[in-house]
Amino acid sequence: MADFSDLLVFTKLDELIKFARKNSLWPMPMGISCCAIEMMAFAGPRFDVSRFGSEAFRFSPRQSDLMIVAGTVTYKMSHVVRKIYDQMPDPKWVIAMGACTSSGGMYRSYSVVQGIDQFIPVDVYVAGCPPRPDNLLKGLMEIQKKIARGEKPGQKEKIYIEETFQV
Amino acid sequence: MNQRIVEKLQSHFADSIVSVNEFREELTIVIKKNDIVKVCQFLRDDDELKFDSLRDVCGADYYRPEGRFEVVYNLYSLKNKFRMRLKVRVEEENVHVPSVTCVWQSADWAEREAYDMFGIIFDNHPDLRRIYMPEGFEYHPLRKEFPLMGIPGSLPLPRKN
Repeated sequence: MADFSDLLVFTKLDELIKFARKNSLWPMPMGISCCAIEMMAFAGPRFDVSRFGSEAFRFSPRQSDLMIVAGTVTYKMSHVVRKIYDQMPDPKWVIAMGACTSSGGMYRSYSVVQGIDQFIPVDVYVAGCPPRPDNLLKGLMEIQKKIARGEKPGQKEKIYIEETFQV
Repeated sequence: MNQRIVEKLQSHFADSIVSVNEFREELTIVIKKNDIVKVCQFLRDDDELKFDSLRDVCGADYYRPEGRFEVVYNLYSLKNKFRMRLKVRVEEENVHVPSVTCVWQSADWAEREAYDMFGIIFDNHPDLRRIYMPEGFEYHPLRKEFPLMGIPGSLPLPRKN
């Protein structure tokens, strides 16, 4: 009789689903200003998000489960961001990328929402103006860890990714 | 060139000119509000001056008792490669200014911006709507009394859940 021990892995169905989810996050690129350029670099060949199974940037919310809000969200734009978030299927995750998205950034003014957590639940905040693509990758990895731990989106504690500097 | 413009305007519109100011070779002429359209028309059509391009229209709030607002017109002559500036004073209690869209098409959006931000109403403008702020917003954000962080609740956010 053949020996299958090298070929078979036994696991729980739950773990298998978590493993599949965590390695196939499809981002919805909600690029609104300069952060969007760094987000493109994060998908490009140098930083290469496809190593994490997230190469498929879907420009349709209906096929995405991770929204990366990259840029300044004004009050006028907030309704669009919320609409796209609503159109995404559950379970869905949100990364607030950059200073503007997380806190209004340098725009302390009447037109800019001082943090998107005022109208959508955020899972990971990535600091920087704009953040480096590798920091955004770290944000993505934190989302993957949350999924692996079996957390639900927008519930457990928020993750804050510190800024790094290139020397 | 500045000299020539002032001479021409003074010979045609002596009554319309409030003041003439030259600073570092920049010419600024303040015009009476109701005469702005005919002065603009003249500056555009005169064969020598030919100010055929309106580069910008903007508002300014000086927050003073008289002549609180100003509307500033930046003109450019492609033929002479020359710039000049016209100004109009606007009182707080009567914020109506004749639109110059009939002279230069490019005044359309610029005047909408001044309307949105300062609440200056341009008479005879073809489409005077807000351009930056949402429809139905009550305030004019670049007025001096408007707080920088806005008025809470004046711009609604989507529901959270």
